[in-house]
Amino acid sequence: MQLLEFQAKELFREYGIRLLDSMSSASIEEGRRHAKELGFPLVIKIQVPVGGRGKAGGIQKCQNEDEFEIKYPQVMDLTVKGEKARAILLEKMADVKKELYLSIFLNRSKRCYTVIASNEGGVEIESVKNQIIKEVGLGDVSDDIAMEVAREMDLEGGIADQFADTLKRLSKLTIEKEAELAEINPLAIMQDGTVTALDGKFVTDDNSNFRHDELQKYQEKTAIEEQAEKSGFSLVELDGDIAVVGNGAGLVMSTLDMLSDNGGKPACFLDVGGGATTESVYEALTLISKLGGVKGILVNLYGGIVKTTVVAEAFLKAYKDNIIDMPVFSRLRGTESEKAKEMLEGSRTQIFDSVEEAINAAVMGIKD
Amino acid sequence: MTDIFSILKGRPEDSDYGKKGVIVQGITGSYGSLHARNMIAYGTNVVAGVTPGKGGQKFEGSVPIYDSMQEAVDATGAKISIVFVPAKFFLTAAKDALNAGIKLLVAIPEHVPIRDTMKALALADEKGAVIIGPNTPGIMIPEVIKIGIMPAMPFKAGRIAVLSKSGTLLYEISDALTNAGFGQSITVGIGGDPVNGTRLIDVFEMVKYIPDLDGMVVVGEIGGDSEEMLAQRIIDSGFNKPTVAYIAGRAAPKEKRMGHAGAIVMGTYGSAESKVSMFNKANIPVAKRPAEVPVLLAGKMGRRSG
Repeated sequence: MQLLEFQAKELFREYGIRLLDSMSSASIEEGRRHAKELGFPLVIKIQVPVGGRGKAGGIQKCQNEDEFEIKYPQVMDLTVKGEKARAILLEKMADVKKELYLSIFLNRSKRCYTVIASNEGGVEIESVKNQIIKEVGLGDVSDDIAMEVAREMDLEGGIADQFADTLKRLSKLTIEKEAELAEINPLAIMQDGTVTALDGKFVTDDNSNFRHDELQKYQEKTAIEEQAEKSGFSLVELDGDIAVVGNGAGLVMSTLDMLSDNGGKPACFLDVGGGATTESVYEALTLISKLGGVKGILVNLYGGIVKTTVVAEAFLKAYKDNIIDMPVFSRLRGTESEKAKEMLEGSRTQIFDSVEEAINAAVMGIKD
Repeated sequence: MTDIFSILKGRPEDSDYGKKGVIVQGITGSYGSLHARNMIAYGTNVVAGVTPGKGGQKFEGSVPIYDSMQEAVDATGAKISIVFVPAKFFLTAAKDALNAGIKLLVAIPEHVPIRDTMKALALADEKGAVIIGPNTPGIMIPEVIKIGIMPAMPFKAGRIAVLSKSGTLLYEISDALTNAGFGQSITVGIGGDPVNGTRLIDVFEMVKYIPDLDGMVVVGEIGGDSEEMLAQRIIDSGFNKPTVAYIAGRAAPKEKRMGHAGAIVMGTYGSAESKVSMFNKANIPVAKRPAEVPVLLAGKMGRRSG
């Protein structure tokens, strides 16, 4: 799961990484109390699970109460890359001397953790220059490696020590919380000579959730997503009008691609996992019925041993129980497909032999 | 480099040529027993099962069950295992297998924590063993041996190697290849996780020297840079057998996990565009649809022979 900045900073604080004073709020009333406590000047920062918030106007400096009253609601109402504010972080303003970059991330192709550091931070990682890169196995950064990185960054004296200390703390946090990415950008050398984390990004490995009850308070799931997970499905909600369902992540992605190529707009990505049974397909249709704006359902099931009649039964049951009333365009590769077609005659479900035909029918079918 | 064929099939002079023994870890679970039966039906020589606490029993009345991998390996001499235990027990099962001398471990479970995979991999490296997966459909030489959960129907013996991140797309595209007359010499699912025991380049290194290889099909998806590395390796190695790729996830939104733990685009890292452009650089056509794969492959073959 990807933590918001203020959540990442809660963990940083717990691990002794130096931060500016900050408080997160969900309403202007709460924000006003925080502003009073922190004192001006301060920075208003939108909390969204995507990058690029600065460019979108989601970070605003604020000198006094009058500015606060104008800017807080503005930031709160922003949408960054389609994401609404989850909270607002108010942070004390402080004088920055120099911005650095520091991250520890799971290097997928090398299959080890990698430290990236630079003395030219504050920009997106793709544009960070003079990157110092160190592979660190399972994530453990020794004193020697931490100091080596500091030296290669041309840091000296107390600044080098503080940097090395921050890196070691970040490494401990990465290992103990099983992160895929822990990033401080910028990590700043302040005018007062301290090394302070001004921003934080933290992505954990969802597959290790069962070992981390303490992180579950950061889990952000809609009721529908939660229900999908309970059924063992993967669901990603999208903003189109054709729900896409299939068995297997690759197959559903592929169906999404082809639908988009043909001018269709997917309403969701729903992977019901390996096998397809009457129950799992019925469950999937139930989930889709709870999504807004769905005009049609595109089903792509591939199974050497899937009985398509079993799937047809699920469609018929869903219509009968008034779970869905929209048309279903279905490609079922499996056995007994002729019989399944007969069963569905007169219903709002059409079965096609190829996914291309099903997609064409779906795109045409929802136009009327 | 691992000689995957000698592990899977053996050498013609071996007494067990084409009948290499496989141990099923978690054979008494519902998933493990279902697929153990399917593998046996396919002709895979399942010589033992392991379920702690059930040692001494028999699976389907004939396959002996042991409490530990050490006992199973000692009794059978098998070098291959397939793991069906729940994700949270994967690391324990993998250690048990690798310490007992298993050389090829096929890891089926989905949702294995990345750190557990990395720890299992470190041990495999130390022991000179190969892990396929986790979150893989498995590996097979069609009509010889199937170590995995794939249905039998899509596959046919032949001369094309198929490498895939996705399970169902591996079936779908192999099915299309089979229908177009392209059988498969070997098919490998590397799995949909962020960290793979065997990456696309590793499979490539295993299969590139197969003497009767006519071509290769790579089924990738968004996330990571396994495909980019493979394309670069193909360029560097001068591999010139007809190769076709398919990439799923062109229409996926960024920073969302698309079903597979590894299928996520972060910034530009892992994007479909990056993969497609690297394959293009390697002169490998990328199909727009799964059904287009055999068409492009036939085109490549035609041009090559003509």
